[in-house]
Amino acid sequence: MNESAANGTPSDAPMSAAKKPHPELLEGEMLDARKGDVLVGRSVTINRPRRELYEFWRNFANLPRFMHNIRRVVVEDDTRSHWTVAAPAGKTVEWDSRLTMDEPGHLIAWSSEEGASLRNSGRVEFRDSPEGRGTVVTVTLVYDAPGGALGQAIAKLFHREPKIQARQDLRRFKQLMETGEVSTAAPPDAAPRA
Amino acid sequence: MRALTWHGKHDVRVDTVPDPKIVNPRDAIIKITSTAICGSDLHLYDHTIPTMKAGDVLGHEFMGEVMEVGPGNSKLKVGQRVVVPFVIACGQCFFCEQQQFAACDNSNPAETADMSELLYGYPMTGAFGYSHLTGGYAGGQAEYVRVPFSDVGPIVVPEGIDDDKVLFLSDILPTGWMAAKNCEIQPHEVVAVWGCGPVGLFAIQSAFVLGAERVIAVDHHSHRLELARSLGAEVINFEATNVREALVEMTGGIGPDACIDAVGMESHGFTADSVMDKVKAAVKLVTDQTHGLRQVIVACRKGGRISIPGVYGGVTDKFPIGALMEKGLSVKSGQTHVQKYMPELLQLIVEGKLDTTFLISHRLSLEEAPQGYKMFKERQNEVTKVVLKPQMPVRH
Repeated sequence: MNESAANGTPSDAPMSAAKKPHPELLEGEMLDARKGDVLVGRSVTINRPRRELYEFWRNFANLPRFMHNIRRVVVEDDTRSHWTVAAPAGKTVEWDSRLTMDEPGHLIAWSSEEGASLRNSGRVEFRDSPEGRGTVVTVTLVYDAPGGALGQAIAKLFHREPKIQARQDLRRFKQLMETGEVSTAAPPDAAPRA
Repeated sequence: MRALTWHGKHDVRVDTVPDPKIVNPRDAIIKITSTAICGSDLHLYDHTIPTMKAGDVLGHEFMGEVMEVGPGNSKLKVGQRVVVPFVIACGQCFFCEQQQFAACDNSNPAETADMSELLYGYPMTGAFGYSHLTGGYAGGQAEYVRVPFSDVGPIVVPEGIDDDKVLFLSDILPTGWMAAKNCEIQPHEVVAVWGCGPVGLFAIQSAFVLGAERVIAVDHHSHRLELARSLGAEVINFEATNVREALVEMTGGIGPDACIDAVGMESHGFTADSVMDKVKAAVKLVTDQTHGLRQVIVACRKGGRISIPGVYGGVTDKFPIGALMEKGLSVKSGQTHVQKYMPELLQLIVEGKLDTTFLISHRLSLEEAPQGYKMFKERQNEVTKVVLKPQMPVRH
């Protein structure tokens, strides 16, 4: 939908699948996206009703159940929450986040508050699967490439494989919503390790 | 508990390891009464499947008694005898609802699913005791095993039926059955089967049950060819015979209507180090050896069907794409949707229409498992199937 604007070639693919993404073109889509930001997008079909998925996600305190780098989210009021996120070397980093868009059953968007050590924003959209297979959940995340030592370390953590983190988190969300469990082979996997 | 663990190429040991525990609500713990060594376990033994770790418990063909059931499973009861499918499936995703259980989207943990997504474009399903590509789940060549989604996979065995009659519902019987089903056999048709190992032999049996007029089996081990003949197949020894010419002559110049590749990749070709590298970087695979599959495609009649239950993992070269296209062949393949086929096959066993016990050549204790692997690897002619009995007293 956006690639055409970037290079003049017709394409219906999302910006997150572009070989050279232009996150700043997502400006109007409830994201604090600027040129040079890291852009991650991923869709997954979940065999559950749209409303149920929306409600689980809308309570940000649930996010650590499937987003494994998020240690804790404390919901402060209708729009503000405080996030504690794992950082390298066993450290954590914290920031405040605010809800920027809420369309019940359809869309949630959030953005870090001014002064966050890692400027970031995200959006999750819930659409009925046109094939009747449940709900198509599309997550779009944008990260700043921040300054400062800690910021750079965090950035490294996120930037190294931000796509991997996002797709693993979404897989866990799907597992939890469809099966009631997060699949795991451990612990214990009943084996002494060499 | 005692368990057969993998430590490297041709190095498997029986170790004392921690007992499995209920981790998720839908888990169950099974006390193993019978567990088999699969031909595909030899790929692990030869270390041709990547992502193995020292200490991994092997085994994906097993059955036993339910010892403990998690709070999220209201179907299984303690004390029931069950056979467990090698494929772990949630029963609730899009794929499971289509009965494509071997494509379950949820059973491979999120962390291990990445590797197969990079390799194949989409993440593969979880399975027992078969490397970390399929989740790294501890297998069933052990005294006990943890079974996830135990309300979906395990099938309860009726009273009075021996383990040996139903054990192979876990993998190789449904795999042979699905291979034959994928041939879409019409009355009076001729099916050719490459490979007379357990899956090939069960595919022969299944093809007859599903209405094939003739089955022609291809192998080179004399004992295995005799077993194929005892099931009603005509046989070809490929060491002494030009297989394509023989099939042309034996079918009056038309060729077999459907062909089953029950061989799969031969031992080298999917080496561990190269795959780990490629998973990390990008897909650049060493070629699988596919001599048998090339012959299958060239020997099949025009407009015929190819069924591939044999296991492949990577890419291949010199693939006869021209023969495939010009002859208008169709191909079906895949890991087995075990959960889909178990009930009908259990029924056929109960009715006496399918017998699987003829296959078992050796019954050993769990402690003897390493010898079982060695003899299965080195003496393929007479060692057709090794079944381990963890409750069997150890012989000294």
